[in-house]
Amino acid sequence: MSILGTRVVRTEDPLFLTRGATYTDDLVDERLAGALHVTIVRSPVAHARIVSVDATEALAAPGVVAVVTGADLTDVSPIPPPFPMFNKAMVEPLLATDTVRYVGNAVAVVLTEQRYQGEDAAELVAVDYDPLPPVIDPRESLTDGTLLFTDAGTNLIAEFGSADAFDPHLFDDCEVVVAREIVNQRLAPASMETRAAAAVWGDDGRCVLWCSNQGAQGAQAGVAGMLGIEPAQLRIITPDVGGGFGAKFGAEPEYALIAWLARRHQRPVRWAENRSENLVGMTHGRAQVQQITIGGRRDGTVTAYRLDMVQDAGAFPRFGAVLPTLTQMMAAGVYAIGKVESRARSVVTNTTPLSAYRGAGRPEATAAIERAMDLFAAEIGVDPAEVRRRNLVPPFTEPFTTAAGAVYDTGDYPAALTAALAAADYDGLRAEQAERRARGDVVQTGIGLSVYVEITGGVGEGGGPRENATVEVHADGTATILTGTSPHGQGHATAWAMLASDQLGIPVEKITVRHGDTDLVPRGGGTAGSRSLQQGGSAVHKATEELIELAKQRAADVLEANPDDLVVDTSRAALTVAGSPDAAVSFADLAATERLFVQTDFTAPGPTFPFGTHVAVVDVDTESGKATLRRLVAVDDAGIVLNPLLAEGQRHGGIAQGVAQALYEEVVYDADGNPLTATFADYPFLTAPEVPSFELVPMETPTPYNPLGAKGIGEAGTIGATPAVQNAVIDAVAHLGVRHIEMPTSPQRVWTAIQQANGVDS
Amino acid sequence: MIPAAFDYVRAGSVDDALALLTEHGEDAKLLAGGHSLLPMMKLRLAMPGVLVDVGRLTELSYVRVDGDQVAVGALTRHREVESSPVLRAEVPLLAHAASLVGDPQIRRRGTLGGSLVHGDPAADLPTAVLALDGVLVLRGPSGRREVPATEFFAGYFQTATGPEEMLVEIRLPRLAGASWGFEKFTRRANDWAIVGVAAVDGRVALANMGGTPLRATATERALASGAAVADAAALADQGTEPGADMHASTDYRRHLARLLTRRALTAASGPSGP
Amino acid sequence: MRVRVTVNGEQREDEVEPRLLLAHYLREVCGLRGTNIGCDTTSCGACTVDVDGEAVKSCTVLAAQADGSEVTTIEGLAGADGELHPMQAAFRAEHGLQCGFCTPGMVMAAVGLLRDNPDPSEAEVRSGLEGNFCRCTGYHNIVRAVRAAAAGMNGTGARA
Repeated sequence: MSILGTRVVRTEDPLFLTRGATYTDDLVDERLAGALHVTIVRSPVAHARIVSVDATEALAAPGVVAVVTGADLTDVSPIPPPFPMFNKAMVEPLLATDTVRYVGNAVAVVLTEQRYQGEDAAELVAVDYDPLPPVIDPRESLTDGTLLFTDAGTNLIAEFGSADAFDPHLFDDCEVVVAREIVNQRLAPASMETRAAAAVWGDDGRCVLWCSNQGAQGAQAGVAGMLGIEPAQLRIITPDVGGGFGAKFGAEPEYALIAWLARRHQRPVRWAENRSENLVGMTHGRAQVQQITIGGRRDGTVTAYRLDMVQDAGAFPRFGAVLPTLTQMMAAGVYAIGKVESRARSVVTNTTPLSAYRGAGRPEATAAIERAMDLFAAEIGVDPAEVRRRNLVPPFTEPFTTAAGAVYDTGDYPAALTAALAAADYDGLRAEQAERRARGDVVQTGIGLSVYVEITGGVGEGGGPRENATVEVHADGTATILTGTSPHGQGHATAWAMLASDQLGIPVEKITVRHGDTDLVPRGGGTAGSRSLQQGGSAVHKATEELIELAKQRAADVLEANPDDLVVDTSRAALTVAGSPDAAVSFADLAATERLFVQTDFTAPGPTFPFGTHVAVVDVDTESGKATLRRLVAVDDAGIVLNPLLAEGQRHGGIAQGVAQALYEEVVYDADGNPLTATFADYPFLTAPEVPSFELVPMETPTPYNPLGAKGIGEAGTIGATPAVQNAVIDAVAHLGVRHIEMPTSPQRVWTAIQQANGVDS
Repeated sequence: MIPAAFDYVRAGSVDDALALLTEHGEDAKLLAGGHSLLPMMKLRLAMPGVLVDVGRLTELSYVRVDGDQVAVGALTRHREVESSPVLRAEVPLLAHAASLVGDPQIRRRGTLGGSLVHGDPAADLPTAVLALDGVLVLRGPSGRREVPATEFFAGYFQTATGPEEMLVEIRLPRLAGASWGFEKFTRRANDWAIVGVAAVDGRVALANMGGTPLRATATERALASGAAVADAAALADQGTEPGADMHASTDYRRHLARLLTRRALTAASGPSGP
Repeated sequence: MRVRVTVNGEQREDEVEPRLLLAHYLREVCGLRGTNIGCDTTSCGACTVDVDGEAVKSCTVLAAQADGSEVTTIEGLAGADGELHPMQAAFRAEHGLQCGFCTPGMVMAAVGLLRDNPDPSEAEVRSGLEGNFCRCTGYHNIVRAVRAAAAGMNGTGARA
């Protein structure tokens, strides 16, 4: 019986559970003996000119070896904008020189012999700031009233699409048109492990840089570029990584800084940020202001949809500035809407830069269209499930091109909706809701829906949907897999071993999966965009197949048989002659004669499009405004499931982060650009009492794009759950006249919405 | 993050601790459970030069009935307050409030006295003690004095405790059988109260409705004159000056104070609390 | 100053700065890096260890305060023969961990929870772990693991 599709427990866990994983800050390595500790001095003001930096007092403090400022970085250029369409003047120095542009902007570095000395000395670095007016709201940024980069002449990083191209008659034939602005708020990815790095240069002129990252190979190219060195001069090792959620994908300027400091001081250096630093220094996610317009007929048919976005990219254009293009691609969602238009403008503000956060552009698309669907349903007075059903793309097994231009691989959205409604007992919930409304209960129940489709595997090795893998069997009967994916909680060590084990018969626990070292695995796309199984797993599958073919060629000589007559006997991890089980040679024995390994590449025809439906049930205390999630039912179809234990874990975690966005989390700045959520005492990280156990419904529609039939599952939760929960909160108070409440749907926001619906000015 | 450097002295007795406070003056801070002080020190919002560790003065960890009062040692931990059979029977409001402080780990280290001396206007235990008409027993160089809770909370994170004084005991009226209510309104279970209300025996105290925990005097007067619960609760925010923050505007806080007071009083109108 | 601490059964005596946090003492002085530090504000619980039979947040305890105490970290939880503690085994069986960063603190907190309440309901488990943040699991499988461990331990309480 195949091991695929079974609940194999993780091989990673015994070590994680008994000694703990080895994160970057846990490293004990002789190359790092005597390392200097880096403490970064960051700007406490959002926008200011740096008048002076006085390190005199800090330099006199115990253990201080050096204080480095931007003026010292004479041999590295500021980081250019990462995409060609971005405004070229918006460059990011590793350390600010003349201007700071957000609270958290790195200004100076203190190097100390011991960690504790760094914090003391950093307090003594005196920076004189001459404040400039801050720009915090991206809508205000658009006016160019205050420029962050005077050389740029604008705060606009890039515009995707154009208002000039909007059809002025898009909604002319609609019986009903609903328009409003909604905000997809800024979030902190808040991986439990903060960022950390350590670096040392060898006598060979190469740097070894350990860092907490989601893809060593991509980071290698990025960090080398920031330092102006050849990638070959840089070896990146990513030890165990304590969560990333997109924010640790790509190169961090701080990592380049650490490598630079190690070279300058000819000593190993190491850095680990604390949480207060992480919450302003690590990139944030989301932060879109969306103007949605939806139109159609009173029978529930939606005929036109427009999405016009302003993406808050933060102080410097990073990956976040291009993410609204994914939002545009997925704008139409699961619906067969005849006319879809979109535009996105990315602007700089005096806030922490934006990058990917679990979902990265797609949750924003789903949030917009799913909110729009509810607004439309409310306007015409039709049940939101029914409106959705009337507009869904019918089941398809051949690629389907949407009005927004995306090419979906396979999907059965009506089945997902039906399954979710049945599992939730939608009709029963509506009946309960009606009773509560009739009774006028203080606690009202809301039911929220989200039917979603997302794009996964849109990025990969070399930018395309590909990945490489190496599979080697050793003479002792063990095997090693090298992968260009970069697990940080996903369980690739187990999952990739399952893929090889299934074909070879070598037990999972005898297979070692290695990753995250550019000397060991020079190429790779890392782990992001829910790509790993469909590309990296497929590469392992393919490499294993090719390994078996190679083994057959060699075994044919040993067994004096035709290679075509050989079959794998997985019970013995051996090749046998079909029909003659005594004639056998094990993979291990073949490896004893000559190394037995294959490296191969897998390239998919394109990205895949998982889909599903989430139903949220929320109880709202209408007197206080407090919303509590009672149930979350999720149908998530990501194709064929390799390991349900791992796939469910991905769904649980994503759902929780979606619930967190809908109900709790938001990075908040005051008008001066001071972050009000810069510690875990203030950032409302979701905790266990706030959520129920989730109700997962299985559904598997294979994709033909890879041999595993798998799509990505890593981000489904944030994409599906977020609008379901938001819609449920609004639904709970819809009978009071409320049509919309921004996320997070905090008690104050819910209460205020009820007050306003009652005509009370509050 | 780590605290700025300090000298650490472990007190062997209350007298010892008081002598150390006298010796070091305002530069010294008492360290009990450390779960209010150490977080402030790590953020460098507090930078005492000397920490006098009183955490091992087990003689200040007790709950005992003393006449018509219950005496609780200042170093009694939240976990002990929460689970004390005496308090659960005689002062259930306090035991309940202690069960809502922070999280289980914090409750195992934090002390009742530490929480009170910290003087956080949003904290649970100061509000409970204020509603209970507790009496705080301080010892200092000039001896022992008793301060009623209504006079103890002097300002934002400030109490009547002098720099050379130490809170040693909290005395609470025995209220077995008295009805009570405690409403802590938070977004997440382990948050500080956006607004909190403690109601017992005709008294009502509010958390986070000003710079200190406050008594809802208008509500109390209305109750004393026989007003209905709803009418009395509608006065709960009178005389308060709540701040605005990202969780609540002043208007919303006032609304919550009225709402939660009604709920606490409604709970308190039952036979034995919620 | 000198502190004497018994860490995972081993008696130690070390010279430390008064301000040294117990979490850093365990990680840097004792070399026990299983205990992680996830925040600065006593919020996240990643640093939870057992001090004298109670689960506490070691980022908010001075090494000086632990003088004379017995400390158990994740490294000290399994049996001497390497056999997983029932809580560790349950976390593995139920997939109660992903990136692993919260895990040592979460497991130590869960062990402390069962010592106080050997047979908790789901709500009691959730409430009992409110001081421990996890970003990966949505808590779903952590709750399952703790309840499975409780069932497996037959209400006899945790060992550590």
